[in-house]
Amino acid sequence: MTAIALRSLRKEYGGQIAIADLDLDIREGEFFTLLGPSGCGKTTLLRMIAGFNSIEAGTISFDGVVINDKPSAARNIGMVFQNYALFPQMTAAKNVAFGLQTRNIGKGESARRVEAALHSVHMDHLKDRLPGALSGGQQQRVALARALVISPALLLMDEPLSNLDAKLRVEMRDTIRQAQREAGITTVYVTHDQEEAMAVSDRIAVMNLGLVQQVGTPAEIYRNPANRFVAEFIGKTNLLERDALQRDGRLVVELGEGVTLDITEVVGKTTDGTMQISVRPEAVRAADSGIQAEVVDETFLGSHSQVRARLSSGETIEFLEFSHRASLWQRGDKVTLQLDTSMLTFFDAEDGVSVMRGASK
Amino acid sequence: MTAQTGRFDGWTAVAVALTGGYLLMIIWPLVLVLINSVAVGGTFALAGFETFFSSRLYYGTLINSILVTVCVTLLSLAIAFPLAYFMTMFRVMGNGMAQVLILASMMSPPFIGAYSWILLLGNNGMITQLVQDVFGFKPPSIYGFVGIVLVLTLQLVPLIFTYLMGAWRTVDVSLLEASESMGITGWRRAVQVITPLLWPTVLGGSLLVFVRAFADFGTPMLIGQGYRTVPVLIYSSFVGEVSIDKSFAAFVAVIVIIVTLAVFLFQKYLVDRQKISMTAMRSIEPKRLTGWRNIAIHAYVYGFLALALAPLIVVVISSFRNTLYGQFVDGYSLRNYVGAQRDIFRYVGNTFSIGLTALAILVVVAILLAYVTVRRRGPLSGTLDTMTMVPYVVPGLIIGIALVTAFSQGPIILTGTFAIMVIALAIRRLPYSARSIAALMHQFNTSIEEAAISLGASKFRTLVQVIVPALAPGILSGAVLSWVTIITELSTTLFLYNTSTQTLSLGIYAQVIRGQLGTAAALSTILLVLTMISLFLLMRLPGGQRALRV
Ligand SMILES: Nc1ncnc2c1ncn2[C@@H]1O[C@H](COP(=O)(O)OP(=O)(O)O)[C@@H](O)[C@H]1O
Ligand SMILES: [Mg+2]
Repeated sequence: MTAIALRSLRKEYGGQIAIADLDLDIREGEFFTLLGPSGCGKTTLLRMIAGFNSIEAGTISFDGVVINDKPSAARNIGMVFQNYALFPQMTAAKNVAFGLQTRNIGKGESARRVEAALHSVHMDHLKDRLPGALSGGQQQRVALARALVISPALLLMDEPLSNLDAKLRVEMRDTIRQAQREAGITTVYVTHDQEEAMAVSDRIAVMNLGLVQQVGTPAEIYRNPANRFVAEFIGKTNLLERDALQRDGRLVVELGEGVTLDITEVVGKTTDGTMQISVRPEAVRAADSGIQAEVVDETFLGSHSQVRARLSSGETIEFLEFSHRASLWQRGDKVTLQLDTSMLTFFDAEDGVSVMRGASK
Repeated sequence: MTAQTGRFDGWTAVAVALTGGYLLMIIWPLVLVLINSVAVGGTFALAGFETFFSSRLYYGTLINSILVTVCVTLLSLAIAFPLAYFMTMFRVMGNGMAQVLILASMMSPPFIGAYSWILLLGNNGMITQLVQDVFGFKPPSIYGFVGIVLVLTLQLVPLIFTYLMGAWRTVDVSLLEASESMGITGWRRAVQVITPLLWPTVLGGSLLVFVRAFADFGTPMLIGQGYRTVPVLIYSSFVGEVSIDKSFAAFVAVIVIIVTLAVFLFQKYLVDRQKISMTAMRSIEPKRLTGWRNIAIHAYVYGFLALALAPLIVVVISSFRNTLYGQFVDGYSLRNYVGAQRDIFRYVGNTFSIGLTALAILVVVAILLAYVTVRRRGPLSGTLDTMTMVPYVVPGLIIGIALVTAFSQGPIILTGTFAIMVIALAIRRLPYSARSIAALMHQFNTSIEEAAISLGASKFRTLVQVIVPALAPGILSGAVLSWVTIITELSTTLFLYNTSTQTLSLGIYAQVIRGQLGTAAALSTILLVLTMISLFLLMRLPGGQRALRV
């Protein structure tokens, strides 16, 4: 097991900054995910840890030892690639055995470990197939076994599921999670899919434009996003823009006509100004009293329906309806909405940074 | 601080070694040729220039060469275009077989064509004799301009045909349907819609034909007689038919290099400028023709095939004819083979020992070269990439002259050795091999390589255990193709051999020049059989058919 520390890490591609002064700590044995939109630098960062990219400044250390100049082959990492990257001329078993061979591990032990690794990803029955004769999901299982069999200090995975279809993705991510737990190997996982990240990770680093936006457990980043980008990227949310006002020494915002919210205790910053409020769909509920709104449409989705409504401010708000009414709301129907104030997050409208008391960074 | 690029490792050493080898074996000899061309007895002189333009005997060869080359290029195109058009658009019986035979005729030893047409239409040729016996007059002579053009055209049509077939495969049938829906069909469609699409290919193929025809030495040497082209002039002034003038030969060689280089750059400019990238979702489905049209296209395709294969058949038959003092007489036997068996064993032995050694070195160097240029980008690999292409532009005859100039005196003497033959043949083929392996490596996924490295394998181990085995089918079929060109190569080794390193193709040339037509035919037949067996093997290999498609 290995703990990883990245300090002031920097990566440039011909003068273009891809990673700017990044600090990150990955704990021993944890499943750590780099999550962010395409092009934000996840792959770049992962490849720096793997030793495939040059480092322009800063350090990477494994268990306190700086490994910047250690060649990739000596870092003892297991890697799983998006396109599987199996050796096409070798059978599944030979692929898995390759890393043991380079470590000069004896025939008997090697065979035993290959067997066990293939078993753990449910591929024992196909061990003599060439990669060309395996499906995408099967190939990725072999690739996972190949990376795990060498008992690496660190397991690195770059969007390993994105070439698989939706059903396989769910199945495969459970396999990955289970195999990682059993082996207890520190894992860095890259994905752009927030749902996948939430499902597998111990902790997530949300990235954008080469910067880490927030690090935390899935629940932390969902419930207490550090900024507007994270709130919008993780799950769905509605953003309402409101002025915060000083009234009788308290800080309040007016959500709708007559509905005023005292946020003195919630917000850490006491200055007034424009704020953006992140309202998760599940924080909204139709009730007898509350903010006036007009239905735009309602989409029936089985267990619930999805409603879009327009507030008198002109803003559109989306929420989920679980009540079983005889007929769906029509465009123009009047509704009153109640917001669960404990589920709101407030951001400074100017820089989009959370102003919540105890906001994490 | 950098993790990967810029670190000095084994690969930098390999790149340095390759560069050193190239500088010593190709660049240095060519520079010597260049120096020789403008230096006489140690002083700078433009004597070569003056001599060349002083006599029609000399500058006339340039005019001859250009005339021949232009005629061959235009004729090849005019014959190949309909051939490719018919074979793509219409059902031709035995289409697959016909294509293979056309390819085989392209791969057959180039100078056998010339020699064979002499057997048919030469002074004592089969057809000449027949016409004389039946009609009582001598048919027009095959020697000279007509013969050169005939032989080279038949030799080079398959080349441009292969290019065109490759391009046709990328034309989507919907393009043809679209033009048909607009009422453009038949020849108008071929000219208005298809030609512009194929234009870059036509251009690329034509210029390649141009360069090949311009640099060809064997054909004009054997069949040209008084009609001398530039390569023949270089050869004769270098070996000194009249008088030995190496400086003059070097000067003419420089002219040839300039012309071919100019043509290559022009081609590159044109092709780069109008790249049309197409991939066919649905390829063209050949239509069945009926009536006279059907007969006409079959006559065209099989007529060409007959002309292209005639020389090969003639050579094989001739090899069994009896000879007297080298000339053919009545009756058939194995005497040509039996009589020359000692020579045959020597030639075949040399062909295999020299050819296989050259091939082994070629493949290893080409793999290293391709790996260094594709995967280890750096200033040195850029230079290497450019240098690799030098033997592609410089005709074989001139590479031969350069090698003999550099290694027959001075610190390293290699002429007449086994080594120089191997080096010459490997150098000649290196640009093609390195390019085809580089193309394979470009397609090979980098993450597979990174997977191996992440599993603890060194770069070298990754190359040997992962990359090369994965690319083995492509490398192998490329090697077979190289083998065929190595055993049929003539001009590069012409100045470098002695009797102990004479190969089959050199043996054929020597026997023809000595007038031993029977022995030459027997040797040609053996070389042809070797070539055909190799091509047959190639077809059997996975991906082998693809390797043949340029
Ligand atoms: N080899 C490269 N050369 C130049 N720019 C690159 C290279 N690789 C990535 N980039 C750039 O760096 C940024 C981050 O890329 P990447 O790490 O691949 O993003 P992600 O994996 O998050 O989608 C992008 O803007 C991308 O264009
Ligand atoms: Mg990526």
